[in-house]
Amino acid sequence: MFNASSIIVGLEIGTSKVCAVVGDLGADGALNVVGLGQSRSRGVRKGEIADAPLVEEDVRHAIVEAEQMADVEIRSVYLGVTGGHLRGFNNRGVHPVVSADREISEEDVQDVIKNAKAINLPNQNHVIHAIRQHFLVDGQDGITNPVGMLGSRIEVDVHVVHGNLNRLQNAIRVVKGLQLEVDDIVFTGLASSLALLTNEQKELGSLVIDIGGGTTEYVVYANGIIKHTGVLAVGGDHVSNDLAYGLKVPLSRAEQLKLEHGSSLLEEAAKGQTITIANELGLPIKTVNLEHLRRIMSLRLEEMFQLIGQDLEQAGALDYLRAGVFLCGGGSRIPQIAQLAEQVLQMPVSPGKTNSISGLKSALDQPEFATAIGLVKFGSFQQRKRAARSTLSDGIKNTLGQLFRRG
Amino acid sequence: MLTKAQNDPVVETPRKKVSVKVFGVGGAGVNVLNLMLRSAPPGVGFVAVNTDTQSLAASSAAEKVHLETQLLRGLGSGGDPDRGRQLAEAHLPKLKALCEGADVVFILAGLGGGAGTGISPVVARAAKEAGALVLGFVTTPFGCEGGWRLRLAQQGLAELKAAADGVICLPNQMVCKTMDEHTSVLETFKITNEFLADGVRGLWRLLMHKGLIEIHFNDLAALLRDRHAESAFAVAEAMGPTRSREVMDKLLAHPMLDGGQMLGDSEAVLVSLIGGPDLTMAEVNRVMEQVNRQCEQAQVIMGAAIDETFTDRLAVALIATRRNPGPGAGATAAAGSGEELGQQLLPHSDPVRPGSRFVPPPPMLPPEQVQQLLARQGRGGSRGRKTPTKLRQTQLPLEIVTKGRFDKSEPTIHKGEDLDVPTYIRRGVALN
Repeated sequence: MFNASSIIVGLEIGTSKVCAVVGDLGADGALNVVGLGQSRSRGVRKGEIADAPLVEEDVRHAIVEAEQMADVEIRSVYLGVTGGHLRGFNNRGVHPVVSADREISEEDVQDVIKNAKAINLPNQNHVIHAIRQHFLVDGQDGITNPVGMLGSRIEVDVHVVHGNLNRLQNAIRVVKGLQLEVDDIVFTGLASSLALLTNEQKELGSLVIDIGGGTTEYVVYANGIIKHTGVLAVGGDHVSNDLAYGLKVPLSRAEQLKLEHGSSLLEEAAKGQTITIANELGLPIKTVNLEHLRRIMSLRLEEMFQLIGQDLEQAGALDYLRAGVFLCGGGSRIPQIAQLAEQVLQMPVSPGKTNSISGLKSALDQPEFATAIGLVKFGSFQQRKRAARSTLSDGIKNTLGQLFRRG
Repeated sequence: MLTKAQNDPVVETPRKKVSVKVFGVGGAGVNVLNLMLRSAPPGVGFVAVNTDTQSLAASSAAEKVHLETQLLRGLGSGGDPDRGRQLAEAHLPKLKALCEGADVVFILAGLGGGAGTGISPVVARAAKEAGALVLGFVTTPFGCEGGWRLRLAQQGLAELKAAADGVICLPNQMVCKTMDEHTSVLETFKITNEFLADGVRGLWRLLMHKGLIEIHFNDLAALLRDRHAESAFAVAEAMGPTRSREVMDKLLAHPMLDGGQMLGDSEAVLVSLIGGPDLTMAEVNRVMEQVNRQCEQAQVIMGAAIDETFTDRLAVALIATRRNPGPGAGATAAAGSGEELGQQLLPHSDPVRPGSRFVPPPPMLPPEQVQQLLARQGRGGSRGRKTPTKLRQTQLPLEIVTKGRFDKSEPTIHKGEDLDVPTYIRRGVALN
C-alpha cells in the first residue's frame, strides 16, 4: 500500500507504556500519522529496561497493533531512549580561518563543527546527539550561516546529549531481537519537543517538560536552538509510590487513587475530606484522607518542578523562556499541574499540543503520544536529509541542528 | 616585656579550666573507660562504677565504686535494672561526693543490662545535684540480644535523658551493619567501644580547648536535650595538604552517617574542627560548605579550635540529631510489627507510636469501637509483660522508609537526597 521508504515508525519504550506510531511521509513532504499501537509496559523502571523478555513481548504487541492499524509491515523504527544516565552539555569548537582573503569557506564550517563534536568522554559513554547551535565569527554571536563572511576565527557551539553505552544498547538489543532495524536512537525529551513546538516557539524560547511514568525529560529552546536538556529520574511512578507508602495502600490502589482523586494543588475544599475505597462488591474496606493524598502528591510534583527550575537556573536558561513552558507526557494530565508549575517556575505554563502533523485525531490529542509522534517527526527530517543528500551530487552534509531548526 | 601568651594569643590556645570526670557505668561502660584510660589527657578524672567485682578489678581507673550488696556476692546486678537502681540510690551520697568539683561529667554505659541501665540515671542525677553538666554516651544492644534487653535499654535511655543534660546514643545494631562477615564478636565489641571512646574524646577536645569559634557546653546540651535518641556522632581525621577534602570524604563515609544520608535527615548538626596552628580559613570554609550542603534543612552549629599538637592534621567531630516524630517515640517502638509491639509496650511510661516518622491519619471510628480498642490494648499490654519472648526485634528503626517499587532499581540521588523516598518524608511534613 505504501512505499516502504516513506513509512516512518517511532517507537517509545516508556516506563508505563510501549507506544509505536506509524507516519507516512507524502511526496509533498507532509507527514501523516496512519497508525498507532500501544501496550502496557511491564519491564521498565525509571525509563530503563529491567526485564528484557517482558519488554520484548510488550514491544511486539505494540508493533503488531500499529502494523494492523496502518496496514503496513514495519521494518525499522526510530527508537526513543531516556534514563537518569543521560546528560546534556554544551561544547564549543574553534577553528582559525587561514585563507588569504579571510573569507570563511564551506570547509572552514565543516572543520569547526568537527572540532566541536570532538568530545572527550569516558569510554563507556556514547554520544546520542550533537546538535549544532550558533556560530561565532571573531566573537560575534548569533550567526546561523557564516559561509562567505570575513573573519579570522570561527567558533561553534554544539549541544551534546550522551549516555551510558551499555544501557542504551539494552533497548536497541530488545528491538533488534524482534527482527526490527533501529534507524536511529533519539533522546525522548528531544522528540517530545519536536512534536510540540512550532518554529516561532523555538525562536521565542520555550521549555518542554515531558512528565513520564518513570522519568521526566526537559528541553529548553531559545533563539531557535536547543540550549539545554536534562533528565530527572522521577515520574508518575514516584507519585504512586509515595501515595502507596503514605496512605498505606497497595501500589495498584495508589495508582487508581492518583488517577481518580489526584490533583497537583492542595485546595481548601479538600481539607478534612475522606475517600472510601470499596471492594468489588461495593463494600467499604478503607477510608483515605483526601487532604493527605493531595498533600503527598503536590509536594512530590512541586519538588519535581523545583529541581527542574534549579537546574535551569544553574544553566542560565530560565531567562530565555519567553514563550513559556509546555507540558506533555502522562503526568501532564494531573489536574491543575499547569497552575502548580506556574507557581513554582513563575512563568506561563500550558499543556502542549502536537499540532504540526495531520492524521489520526485521537492519537494526536493525547499528551502521552507526544514522544512517539516526535520520533516520527525526527525520522521524517532524517528521511528528507537522506533524500536531499542523494539528489545533491556534492553531498552537502546537513547537520542535525539545521534540521531541528526547520522543524 | 611581653609574655609569650600575649605575644601570640592564637597559636597558644590555653586549655580552659574545665574539670572533667568520666564515669564508666556497668560492664560495658567500664570497658570503654579502660580503653580511654590508655590515651587519657591530664586533668580528667576517671571513675568506674559497677556491681561486678571482677570487672572493677580489671579496670585501671583511679577511682572505683563498688555497689555491693550481700545478696549478690559481687556477682553483678543479675540483669535487673531495678536492683541496680536501688543499689545506686543507696550509694547516692558517695556518688555525689565523687562528682563534687567537676564541671562536666561524662557517663559511659551500655544500656540493656542491669548495671548500666539502672545505675547510669542515678549517677546522672547525682552529678546534676553536685552542680555539674552531665552528658551521657550510651549504646543500645545488638538486635540479636533480643527484644527484652532492647526494651530495658529504651526505658533506661528515657530515664537517663530525663536526668542528664544530653545523651548521645549509639545503637550497636548500626555498627553491626558496617561489619563484614569475618569480624569476630570480640572485634565487634571492640569497635563499638572504640566508637564510643572516639565520641567522648572528640567532645572533650571540643570542651577543653579554647576555641577560635567557641561552642559552649550549653549549645551542646541544648542540641541534645529534648531530642530523640537518634543522635549520630562521627569523628574523622586527616593529614597532609589535602586534609580538608579527605576529612570530609572520611566523614561522609562514616558508618554512623549512613553515607551522608543521616545528615540530610538531621535537624541539628554540631560541627567542631580541630586543627594545628596552620589551620587555614579556607579549609574551615571548605569543610563547612560541604556540611551545609549536605544538611540544608538543619540548624548547624560550628566550632573551631587549635591544638598545637595537631600540626598538619585536621580532625572534625560531628554530632547530628535526627528529627523526632513525637515525644518518646522510642527506637524500639518504631521497628517491626507495629501493632503487637505497641500493645505490649503500652503499660510502660512512655507513649508508644507505631511505624515510622510518618504518622498515619487517625482511623475514623465510632466511640464504642474506640472503647473496645482501648480495652483490648490494655489486655494486650498485661499479656505482653508476661510473655516478653514474643517480641521479635531484629532491627533498629534507623532506615525504615521502604522504597516500594524502586527498592531494587538504581537510586535517584540528587545532591545527596534520595529522590525515591517520598518528598513529604524528606521534608518532614507531618500528615495530621
